[in-house]
Amino acid sequence: MSARPPGGGTPGKPQPAPESAARRAWLGVAAAGLAGVVLAPGIRLIEVAQAQSTGGSPGGGADPKVRWGLLIDTTRCASGCTECVDACNRENGLGTPSRSTDARWIRKVEIKEIRTGRTASLPVMCQHCASPPCVDVCPTGASFKRADGIVLVDRHTCIGCRYCMMACPYKARSFVHEPLTGQLPDVPRGKGCVESCTLCVHRIDRGEKTTACAQACTQAGHGAIVFGDLNDPASEISRRIREIQTTQLRADLRLDPGVRYHGI
Amino acid sequence: MDSLAAARHETRNYWILVAAGLLVTGIGLLAAHSMEVHGHAITGMDNSIVWGLPHVFAIFMIVAASGVLNVASIGSVFGQAAYKPRAPLSGLLCLALLAGGLMVLMLDLGRPERVIVAATHYNFRSVFAWNVILYSGMAAIIAVYLWTMFERRMNRWSKPAGIAALIWRFVLTTGTGSIFGFLVARQAYQSALLAPLFIVLSFGWGLAVFLLVQSTMYAWNGRELPESIRARLSRLLAVFVAASAYLVAVYHLTNLYYARQSEFAGFILFGRGGDALYAVLFWLGFVVLGSVLPLALLLAPRLRSARATIAAALAVIGGAFAFLYVFIIGGQAFPLEIFPGHAASSAFGDGQVARYAPRLPEWLLGIGGLGAAFLLTIVGVRVLDVMPHDDLAAGQG
Repeated sequence: MSARPPGGGTPGKPQPAPESAARRAWLGVAAAGLAGVVLAPGIRLIEVAQAQSTGGSPGGGADPKVRWGLLIDTTRCASGCTECVDACNRENGLGTPSRSTDARWIRKVEIKEIRTGRTASLPVMCQHCASPPCVDVCPTGASFKRADGIVLVDRHTCIGCRYCMMACPYKARSFVHEPLTGQLPDVPRGKGCVESCTLCVHRIDRGEKTTACAQACTQAGHGAIVFGDLNDPASEISRRIREIQTTQLRADLRLDPGVRYHGI
Repeated sequence: MDSLAAARHETRNYWILVAAGLLVTGIGLLAAHSMEVHGHAITGMDNSIVWGLPHVFAIFMIVAASGVLNVASIGSVFGQAAYKPRAPLSGLLCLALLAGGLMVLMLDLGRPERVIVAATHYNFRSVFAWNVILYSGMAAIIAVYLWTMFERRMNRWSKPAGIAALIWRFVLTTGTGSIFGFLVARQAYQSALLAPLFIVLSFGWGLAVFLLVQSTMYAWNGRELPESIRARLSRLLAVFVAASAYLVAVYHLTNLYYARQSEFAGFILFGRGGDALYAVLFWLGFVVLGSVLPLALLLAPRLRSARATIAAALAVIGGAFAFLYVFIIGGQAFPLEIFPGHAASSAFGDGQVARYAPRLPEWLLGIGGLGAAFLLTIVGVRVLDVMPHDDLAAGQG
């Protein structure tokens, strides 16, 4: 066996020039640098994600001991008042809905009992069911329920089939019918996906203890919306639900909604 | 020279038909593209009517795809000699309609480019997800079934493949009916009757499509369908139309009988409480055009003829579209009953019958799906030997 000449060339073939070796070394360094630049953020993201999934609340993922919910006291809800709706639209960057294609995560419904003529005004939003039909029917699992009872849509896996909208008994979901701009950083939204009330999950995950609608209702002096942990017997919502009669919308379906209504 | 000229003529006609199919499919794809760019805002759909005209076309094609295979099943599985030569055409039409229907369904998604997610993320509780498997499985089984019919060495496997296809398509149409049957939220659906109803509807719609394609093929080839076979297929279509009408009647009778469903029945059958379009479409479209007229054309001794069979098949297909429009869109237009015993109103259409008027992109996408099914059929008929040969055999024998 003949010794390999310096530079790694094959005997009988033209020897590479010294600058070629230098270029090769430079390319090696550049490739390593490029790999570092490409991979490092990914590794960093994995670290961040792992830290978040194992960390404690706030920012530590949904707590399975908690069941977030709302109590709507329709005896305090003023007909014609849309503070909760406006606050939701502002909080989530929904704009001012005017057409039937616009997203409405919460809406005010006026009801009148046909036999007696008794009227009531109340907000309706995603009821965050314990057995949500939207989650059952979603083909990709994009509709899901968090451990703390909040029902959400994963905008990365929603294919926009709208089967969840067919399945929801509360008309609580909206489909994004047009390209969107100016979304808020906390509220991922996009054309072609389905969305609904998130129970202000971005606030909850920051450790805040109220939703935009409940806060606005309280600030307006009505106090018709109470947000809290249905599993905590000491929470205001649990205490009120123990003390006053409440109903679930479409209770016949036994979906165990996380939103309760008083006075209807 | 004559045969050469005829062959040239046939080839020219073939390419004209292919071009027509490509054009219609292409226009459908363009419509889907514009829906993709501008969003569903350019359609008539909104947050109340979430499934519009494209679903009517798609579900017609998917249900008819299942039913059109009946001809093959009767031949291969039940050994009826008159149907056996028609099995390849039946299989081809099944594949073509399935592809056309799935094309429309897929392109009507909010995010059609994510359709692969339906395969990578799978929720086993979803009837839609079951259908993903059922549709792709159906295509695979039919492909194998066609192979066993065309490949002489595989002929002995034709019957097992036919049985597999028969069972699979029952499950498939059960799945299609259950897309609606499992929806508890809406008055129009949530019925176990919908699965068998869709199976029986598929028989009639599929056979109607088969009869139309078959008579067109015979006409283009300058041949005549043997009268005995036409009469048999016509009688069979009449049986299917009658059975469909019966099950639809039972579905509406249960709605009329239940107090909680009576408002919905009043709306969908008599137009009470809002848009009368659905009631008119039901009675004129499904009952008169899609059931009574074809039964008269197929059964009345003075009317029976080859032309009457074609007219009956067309009427059945017209009735099918009317039925699906009423079922899918009328079913959504009726307001959700969130507050029983109350009149509800809101800025989001609570308590109101939802308005819907399909717009051009929806029509074009739906027709584009039919175009794709047509194109696949034309190419399949050219490439594969699907023309029934029984009359030739009878003529030579």
